[in-house]
Amino acid sequence: MQRFRTLTTRTAALPADNVDTDQIIPARFLKGTTRDGLGERLFADWRFDEAGRPRPGFVLNRPEARGAGALLVGRNFGCGSSREHAVWALRGFGFRAIVGLSFADIFRANALKNGLLPVALEPEFHGRIAPGSEITIDLEAQALTLPDGTRAPFSIEPFARHCLLEGVDELDFILSHEASIAAFERAHSQGG
Amino acid sequence: MNDGRTEARAPAKTLFDKVWDAHVVHPATPGTPALLYVDLHLVHEVTSPQAFRMLRERGLRVRRPDRTVATMDHSTPTTPRGGDGQFRVDDPEAAAQIAELEANCRASGIPLHALGDDSQGIVHVIGPELGLTQPGLTVVCGDSHTSTHGAFGALAFGIGTSEVAHVLATQCLLAAKPKSFAVSVEGSLAPGVTAKDLILGLIARIGTGGASGHVLEYRGPAIRALSMEERMTVCNMSIEAGARAGMIAPDDTTFAYLAGRPHAPREGAWDAAVARWRGLASDDGAYVDREERLDAAALEPMITYGTNPGAAIPVRGTLPEPNGSPMLERALEYMGLTPGRPLLGHPIDVVFIGSCTNGRLSDLRQAAGIFAGRKVAGGVRALVVPGSQQVKRQAEAEGLDRVFREAGAEWREPGCSMCIAMNGDRLEPGRYAVSTSNRNFEGRQGPGGRTFLASPLTAAAAAVTGRITDARELMS
Repeated sequence: MQRFRTLTTRTAALPADNVDTDQIIPARFLKGTTRDGLGERLFADWRFDEAGRPRPGFVLNRPEARGAGALLVGRNFGCGSSREHAVWALRGFGFRAIVGLSFADIFRANALKNGLLPVALEPEFHGRIAPGSEITIDLEAQALTLPDGTRAPFSIEPFARHCLLEGVDELDFILSHEASIAAFERAHSQGG
Repeated sequence: MNDGRTEARAPAKTLFDKVWDAHVVHPATPGTPALLYVDLHLVHEVTSPQAFRMLRERGLRVRRPDRTVATMDHSTPTTPRGGDGQFRVDDPEAAAQIAELEANCRASGIPLHALGDDSQGIVHVIGPELGLTQPGLTVVCGDSHTSTHGAFGALAFGIGTSEVAHVLATQCLLAAKPKSFAVSVEGSLAPGVTAKDLILGLIARIGTGGASGHVLEYRGPAIRALSMEERMTVCNMSIEAGARAGMIAPDDTTFAYLAGRPHAPREGAWDAAVARWRGLASDDGAYVDREERLDAAALEPMITYGTNPGAAIPVRGTLPEPNGSPMLERALEYMGLTPGRPLLGHPIDVVFIGSCTNGRLSDLRQAAGIFAGRKVAGGVRALVVPGSQQVKRQAEAEGLDRVFREAGAEWREPGCSMCIAMNGDRLEPGRYAVSTSNRNFEGRQGPGGRTFLASPLTAAAAAVTGRITDARELMS
């Protein structure tokens, strides 16, 4: 997995609550068998009209989104379906972090496994990030530096943080527990 | 079984605690989450291909194909089979995805309930009906509605594709233990008020993210009175409140449902299993992080009006005023609805009866009770999509298909269909559907489509009147 240590980037803002994964990547784009090409479909129905033309008002079509590495969102981002395609689409578009008030559980877990950092801030700090402004995210210190220099704390569980900082893959870690898994299976071979 | 004294000294545990604790392969440490064993891994065509690819790239094999079961449901056609009895998959992408699942299952020795098989169906419908889903198990699937299986007292939750790969390769997951959230439903449901209304009522109360980070346990007399199919409807939509899972303690209703199912324990093993399962219920006084109480008797038939499942009102209620909420304003604009007005009488275009929420036999029976002797209203399209081939056969044996057809509804082959609109069954832009499915997100049933979520009774009533209707007016 790609490491994540610090990120200094401009933000694009999608200031809505309960943005569901059906918006992030509509189901009709889930028919592939690889992770490729999903960035072009990110927020497809908000980003493009019926004829496939960009909707000029949508954030990803505005100039400030170009090169933005962080998406600023509201509460409960990524609710709904478990589709990891939502994270692949955000990564494919070029985002490395989502900065919001809270995240849906499955989305958050998926993001952490793909080097997309879900940064949940307290409202007092969240409200001070203007769209298009530059922020710095320091994962080691678990702090996000606001445009005015204030450091806003956030929290990532220790193991996910370790994996992101060191580029450790979770599957390799689980595989290192082979002896425990085999012992568990022997002890529970009678089912249930 | 422990003797009484040992039990008395053991700390009181919830159903969730018991199932969790029994599956910890390696406990959590300050730096690492717990390693949790998965008893049953359900797989479907949409969220698995990239996981199998991850295994191939690393030269890993599927560790326990005997604990893995696959079916195809999301992108499969539900249109009638051809004259040769075969399904035609016109969409080349869907066909490729289906072929890839077949190849992956063949190569790994995973049992597959393939398109055209007698046992094929929506993954969350066939797991229970085959007796694969049992009390006390851990069940995962790359699908958020895996929470359905919690109706049996299993700990069942949706996972992403990376975790699908983890489970394929190791039969384990890394997981921090969620918090617990008990929902007690007192009293009893009034006639015409269903399990769907109960869960929509709960989500309306606590919100679409109201149970984030928690595992719900549904308790109380109104839950005990539900059939297994109704319990599955309730647990299915736990994820729509943001919960990691939803669980109901197994009881005689659970055991009666499971007895004799193909994968259920048999003979001596059955009695031992039931004895074990009876011990799963939450102990008196077990600690829960949060509690909520609901009065079943106060619930009305519910219907959603917005673009998340928490935006629901009683079918006879009035639409809320946005009061400065830009999100609600946007939702009402998307839905083409006026604040302060009733929904009752609002014209609709399509009715969809089916899905892992409400695509089981009892749902179809309820809908058929409304359709019987009536016709689908002019200009309305009604689709009835059974949850599985088994549900389809049972419904046909009871003549329900005839009731639907004679009313002018389409009787389809099983699958996810218009719940997720991946297979060609979709709502046209701007059109209104009353749907028994689980999500009313923008475009969920087709780009630009507008969804009202409701029970099979409410959906069927809308089909025959062409309007949002209180089904109780049509019930004898």
